[in-house]
Amino acid sequence: MSDHRSNGSGNGPGNPGKADNANPENAKPEKGVSRRSFIKGAGVAVSAVTMLREGLLSPTAAAADAKVAGPGAIAMTLKINGQAHKITAEPRLTLLDALRNNLDITGAKKVCDRATCGACTVLMDGKAIYACTLLAIDAQGHDLQTIEGLSAEGALHPIEAAFVDHDAQQCGFCTPGFVMAAKSFLDAHPQPTREQVTKGFGGNFCRCGTYVGVREAVLDAAGRMRGGRA
Amino acid sequence: MADYKWPAAENRSLIGKRISRLDGPLKSSGRAKYSFDVNRPGMLYGKMILSPYAHAKVTKIDTTAAEKMPGVKAVTLIWEVGKEVQWAGQEIAAVAAETEDQARDAARAIKVEYEVLPHLVTDATPQQAGADHSKQLSEQKTGDPDPAFAQAAATIEGTYGSPVITHCCLESHGQVTEWQGDQLTVWASTQAVSNLAGEYAPAMEIPAGNVHIITPVMGGGFGSKFNSDVWGFACARLSKKSGRAVKMLLERDHELMVAGARPSIYAKVKVAAKADGTLVAWKSESWGTAGPGSAGNPTLPYVFRPENRSSRHTAISTNIGPARAWRAPNHPQMALITMSALEDLAAAVPMDPLDFFLKNIELTGTLAKVYKEELLKAAELMDWKKKWHPRGQMVAGPIQRGLGLSLHTWGGGGHQSNCNCTIHPDGSVEVSLGSQDLGTGARTVIGIVAAETLGLPLEAVKVNIGDNHYPASGASGGSTTVGGVSSSTRRAANNALNELLAKVAPSLGGDAEQLEAVGGVIRVKGDTSKFLPWKQACAKLASTPITAAGQTSKDLISSGVGGVQMAEVSVDMETGVVRVEKMVAAQDCGLVINLKTAESQVYGAFIMGITYALHEEKIMDQQTGRCLNADMEFYKLAGLGDIGELVVHMMTGPGYDDRGVIGLGEPPVISPGAVISNAVANAIGVRVPTLPITPSKVLAALESKGAKA
Repeated sequence: MSDHRSNGSGNGPGNPGKADNANPENAKPEKGVSRRSFIKGAGVAVSAVTMLREGLLSPTAAAADAKVAGPGAIAMTLKINGQAHKITAEPRLTLLDALRNNLDITGAKKVCDRATCGACTVLMDGKAIYACTLLAIDAQGHDLQTIEGLSAEGALHPIEAAFVDHDAQQCGFCTPGFVMAAKSFLDAHPQPTREQVTKGFGGNFCRCGTYVGVREAVLDAAGRMRGGRA
Repeated sequence: MADYKWPAAENRSLIGKRISRLDGPLKSSGRAKYSFDVNRPGMLYGKMILSPYAHAKVTKIDTTAAEKMPGVKAVTLIWEVGKEVQWAGQEIAAVAAETEDQARDAARAIKVEYEVLPHLVTDATPQQAGADHSKQLSEQKTGDPDPAFAQAAATIEGTYGSPVITHCCLESHGQVTEWQGDQLTVWASTQAVSNLAGEYAPAMEIPAGNVHIITPVMGGGFGSKFNSDVWGFACARLSKKSGRAVKMLLERDHELMVAGARPSIYAKVKVAAKADGTLVAWKSESWGTAGPGSAGNPTLPYVFRPENRSSRHTAISTNIGPARAWRAPNHPQMALITMSALEDLAAAVPMDPLDFFLKNIELTGTLAKVYKEELLKAAELMDWKKKWHPRGQMVAGPIQRGLGLSLHTWGGGGHQSNCNCTIHPDGSVEVSLGSQDLGTGARTVIGIVAAETLGLPLEAVKVNIGDNHYPASGASGGSTTVGGVSSSTRRAANNALNELLAKVAPSLGGDAEQLEAVGGVIRVKGDTSKFLPWKQACAKLASTPITAAGQTSKDLISSGVGGVQMAEVSVDMETGVVRVEKMVAAQDCGLVINLKTAESQVYGAFIMGITYALHEEKIMDQQTGRCLNADMEFYKLAGLGDIGELVVHMMTGPGYDDRGVIGLGEPPVISPGAVISNAVANAIGVRVPTLPITPSKVLAALESKGAKA
């Protein structure tokens, strides 16, 4: 799997190591249905309809076979920053809304709400993803890391410190997304070139215009992390 | 006694240095709590139903079904039956429910019926729009352009323009509201913390003193967040009805449809010069739309005032949505029209535009000396003389390079600000004022000024802002914040210090006049043996803290800045793609308080400018009257890969510092559209008449040039 996936928006050149939300290998739902299993389930349902029509299956058995979660609230467990969180919510809840609304973990921001701007970037199994376009039920069984898990209260991760030193933030609303994208990017590219940094952050947008600081901060953070100051 | 005048350069320990912003660690670690992040106990989520029609009369609003939907706790009407909506996205009603999804479902279940009326959403000329949609806003004439044109050596005529663009704040507009009895708390994403209580109070029929506005940080405003707005009042009513806190921040499409737009401008220009390049006459006819109102009234030409000039501007009323102040209202449009026409004229003379602008520099008036210094500095940083080539002079291959330049100006005098400075007996210091930090670094400026005044390190000062319980201090608009808050803070801290000096004088020889606060001590001027460390000095206060007030002080601030920008672009003649290779700014803003965040303002303005020059346009559908790109896939912002090399030079030192503090938010965002348009014209030999300069417009311009040849 490439570390520089297109985000499909046509807006930027690529994205720093975004995990594939719909990757069947990553989808291990404990409850409910993933997109893949939904499609498989739909196949089952179609054949079940055929079987029903032909009198080969009872209606109850067909419904049980489809295993569709919801539409009412269901219990889910999300592993965030090493800690298990239980919530009860409708299966249509996005990971971003689960974090922000159900768990009061608000570092990831809601801006475009459709996988374009990167303000909601969190890590899933170490890869950057857009939390606004992943269902919470599909995030179950994965290791999620939000910006709250990057540094302890009162301390700064080297990336965060570099963002401060290079003034890579103004209003700061896009900043947590950039910091998490930088974490994923630097894990994949510990010694990035300026060119790689320029290309690697096409999946995050800023309105105040902090890119000059972001570019310097990422390059500086790479050095700080290599220097064992992480 | 301490003097409140700004310290001389050699005595500044913090002012003018590069200092990291105070809230940087909170922001970069995701711990800063924006209005959008406030979660109150039992909080509900509000959503609105919007008009799908650009012009229609509402004939029926039925909320019965919505009220019975799962999780719904309150419904409120925003619009009335019988009233005409003037743009698609007009708010009709709002609901509050337990979850966002439930609220969205319920808003959709509100049944609204409309009598659809004809709309106008195109960027029409006054002739196309017709008399009903056109209103002449201004007509000016100085001298007589027509005879001057007849005698001129070079005359050009051109049409230039820029479409409606939006603000696209990343934190959308909105708030969280909560009632306790008749006390209302609003966590608002606003540029005007001290002003909002005065708007909520009459709307909610409570005294203004019962309204608490809280905005410790906010996610971008750019001129679009001065008011409570209909969603603010609707949110407060939903809270009141449900007895619960309600969060209602706009959805992205709503944000882009109605929560901010910059008026368009188009202009037909005729401008002429003598053979030596002296500008002699200007004539322009301009128009543009600001939605249904008539905001946006440019004064043309911009910066330069030739002897003979006339201009007329007409506002076109349309149903594209309401305009709001957009960073430097009118100026980016005026700069685009004027500087494009002037560079076209320079090319016709023919003359290097740098020489042309220098030749006419006295026509800029009082800022002529500043502009001249900035032009020379920017030219040096761009290596202009080496890189510039006459317009249309091509190199082999598809990639052509070009240079462009522009001048701009802005006021930026300080707003009315009140500040309190408290010195506690334990030595801790607080400065408090109601203004907000939009991300410009206002909080840090306040801390720097207080610390410098008290001779303390920055971390010794606690800065309290963004709350209307602190002393009333102005809205952040028009680059007025830094002048207001720096001067009120300087006066407050200085007044507090003088009270402290009076208290400690008996321990240091008895004469407060001879005392000063420097390097963490109170000492006798000129006698380093007589001093008290800050903490011991403050202990003399026994148990009562000092609180002293300060207000905006006109003798610490000024207004009226000049700036010069230059751009170098490359254009692919085969694909039409424009790349910004380098931009240079030479910018004056009087005394710089924090060089680091000042430079960030200019870098940010460059990037916002690259975005509007190359990408931004609010695209309306003529058939349905709706905005076609109310999302961030198709309302495009520049990314990190689009910015090229950016060089910022702040004009500081003698002649600049002594003017006092002047605002910086607006000026650097004025010229980027003009410099990029000019650089493209220089590169490809033909003007792309309107922004954004998209590949298809570049190719169309090249085709028209080919057709003429």
